[in-house]
Amino acid sequence: MKILVGVKRVLDYNVKARVKADKSGIELANVKMAMNPFDEIAVEEALRIKEAGNAEEVIAVSIGPAKSEETIRTALAMGADRGILIQTDELLEPLAVAKLLKHIVEKEQPGLVVLGKQAIDDDCNQTGQMLSALTGMPQATFASKVELDGDSIKVTREVDSGLESIRVKSPAVITADLRLNEPRYAKLPNIMKAKKKPLEVIEVADTGVDVSSGLSVVEVNEPEQRQAGVIVGSVAELVDKLRNEAKVI
Amino acid sequence: MSYQAPVRDISFVLNHVVGLADIAKLDGYEDATPEMVEAILDASAQFTGEVLAPLNWVGDQQGSQWSEAGVTTPDGWQEAYQQFIENGWGSLAFSVEYGGQGLPMCVAASVQEMWHSANMSFGLCPLLSQGAVDAIEHHASDELKAMFLPKMVEGVWSGTMNLTEPQAGSDLAAVRTSAEPEGDHFRIKGQKIFITYGDHDLTENIIHLVLARLPDAPEGVKGISLFIVPKFLINEDGSLGERNDVRCVSLEHKMGIHASPTCVMAYGDDAGALGYLVGKPHHGLIYMFTMMNQARHAVGVEGYGIAERAYQQALSFAKDRKQGKTLLGKSDDDHGIVNHPDVRRILMTMRCNIEAMRGLALECAAAFDIAGKHPDENVRVFNQRRGELLTPLVKGWSTEIGLELCSLGVQVHGGMGFIEETGAAQHLRDARIAPIYEGTTAIQANDLIGRKTARDNGQGMQELLTDMRATLTELQQSNNPDMQAVAKRFESAVGAADQSLQWMLGQNDPTLPSASSVEYLMMLGRLSGGWMSARTALVALKMKNEDGADHDYLDARVALARYYADRFLPLVDASNITITEGSESTVSLSVAQL
Repeated sequence: MKILVGVKRVLDYNVKARVKADKSGIELANVKMAMNPFDEIAVEEALRIKEAGNAEEVIAVSIGPAKSEETIRTALAMGADRGILIQTDELLEPLAVAKLLKHIVEKEQPGLVVLGKQAIDDDCNQTGQMLSALTGMPQATFASKVELDGDSIKVTREVDSGLESIRVKSPAVITADLRLNEPRYAKLPNIMKAKKKPLEVIEVADTGVDVSSGLSVVEVNEPEQRQAGVIVGSVAELVDKLRNEAKVI
Repeated sequence: MSYQAPVRDISFVLNHVVGLADIAKLDGYEDATPEMVEAILDASAQFTGEVLAPLNWVGDQQGSQWSEAGVTTPDGWQEAYQQFIENGWGSLAFSVEYGGQGLPMCVAASVQEMWHSANMSFGLCPLLSQGAVDAIEHHASDELKAMFLPKMVEGVWSGTMNLTEPQAGSDLAAVRTSAEPEGDHFRIKGQKIFITYGDHDLTENIIHLVLARLPDAPEGVKGISLFIVPKFLINEDGSLGERNDVRCVSLEHKMGIHASPTCVMAYGDDAGALGYLVGKPHHGLIYMFTMMNQARHAVGVEGYGIAERAYQQALSFAKDRKQGKTLLGKSDDDHGIVNHPDVRRILMTMRCNIEAMRGLALECAAAFDIAGKHPDENVRVFNQRRGELLTPLVKGWSTEIGLELCSLGVQVHGGMGFIEETGAAQHLRDARIAPIYEGTTAIQANDLIGRKTARDNGQGMQELLTDMRATLTELQQSNNPDMQAVAKRFESAVGAADQSLQWMLGQNDPTLPSASSVEYLMMLGRLSGGWMSARTALVALKMKNEDGADHDYLDARVALARYYADRFLPLVDASNITITEGSESTVSLSVAQL
């Protein structure tokens, strides 16, 4: 079985996001970019499935500008076998991304697609679900545990009320939650070998997929600055402030 | 007290100042392309920030502990070391033949900076192994190489360097440890002190390189031989055999680097420790010297590595801590002490010196990389001389300045800096050893005025000054007012250094040059740092014309060069006065008058 893993190039989680001066979006020029942390977890899970003998190949797919090749190389350095970059300089919405992934799924016929549950830049949390709907594959989102038994996969999901276990049949789409695993560090020899692993680059235009968007961004703003707190002298004062100033009780 | 490796600053110097792309064209360094190196630096940044840095404090507080059974490292260190070698970090610069990655020294130094920033005590273990591996690889027989190198390169066995004895510190002529021949090996007896990682629980075996005397050895440094003494003997099939007659009998209680075990080693309490001779008899010290440049360079990197950590901590504290209304704060809630002009002075001092030291260390490493692999012999010879000239500056100047910067890091914290829990004090205590071990600053200065200045009659120095004057012309031709200001200071400083050089070469009695040798070393270090800083600024200015240039970052390089020139280049002129006019007064008091 092949496993397809989605890896998105996003603003590094250590970097404080800044809104562009013209409010058209987040400033991405000259800031540190890295693999979406949830995607790292997805790569790790795919590698573990392969290492347990339940898959033969792990393919890392990224959709984005030429620089996304670096993100794929990171996945290859972690242990993925080959990469596919669907190149575009446009900012794509989840639906377009899901359609492009469907294109790859049809070509590669993976037994499993593992994605991060969401990307930390737009927090959409839609691509996995949309890909499932477009391909007709079952979906197991917010996975915190994945157990394979032949083509039956038991997935433990983190839901508001606790943990839910479901069973899906391969081929399926799984989206990784934070506690699924702890991603490995890339080993130095593997970083060097990653350069020699195959990486195919496809232009969006050549996929024939319609990636046009129905949405336009009106404006992006910084969240409002949090006001400094005050230290209250007594419980009575706290209750008074909650009642008369904050008016919450 | 977290640490985030300054990947951007490091790659900027590698790519735009010291010319990594050219080094990657050399036969054998093809893998070190800028993209590959970026990926390596990113991975190293992640590992050092997440695994090594959090163990720095526990290492300081717990320290390594001695017992009859052996030395144990602090909580979490074994796991971290295991991860360190599994991820291949230890084998970075070793030759591909023995399982290393064969990366250039300038890349290895960049990664090693991160080890020392994250956790200086931890970084010493692989640093010592590297010295031992180099010694074996360059000088031991093929049989010994096959026996020891693969496991050492992998990091499964560590290495140590055993030079010092109680009566033989900087003066190794006084080494007394003895080696008696016995069949194809030797029996070593004696005591060694200050042995870094002489015993520990991170690896299954420890390979000691030991200086000792054969029975027929002549007196002095020409009678010292080098031996390999493993903690556990190695069976024919490569498995570990019985325990050798070598023990760590106690640990030193030190001012800093508490987690790095500094051992007193006893060789041959019973039958004598079994050892193997490296290379030819009586050549031990020469062999040691071939890797001296590398080891000294590595300690120089430690010097600014620890300062980088202190800087990150001071900066974060200064942004956070509010005291009084600041002169530079723009609004009522913008009064972090970072907005006091004097705190800016400290932070600028730290930042511009760290970048200058990093620039010089990587320039020096790049020279050695070219010296090792360039097809043209003239280029190799030139770069070897350049690397050797810069090494005592990298070691001496960077460790002295690194120490000062760690002290400034404490100062930014005010009273809190003096409190151990804040963590700023640890960096200062740790940094204190760097100007001492691997040859004190005085030893570096002696090397600089002797082997690196007088021996070639100033040729290497003149070549360096010529290169600096080429940079000066570029500065003078720039229409940027900051560069013109830098040019003025730099011109004066280069002239001052030339005068001091001529003074040094003109002395017949070595007493006065010796009295001013450290002043001369610091002067050339400061000047070379200013040179790197100016070159960085010139590149940054050019890059501003590129599409999508990050003006904020590039302007900062120019501003740092300007501050460095205003604040530190005048000290070069001051040193020249001290050297040429003040050497005599240094030794003018009698011992009784002191």
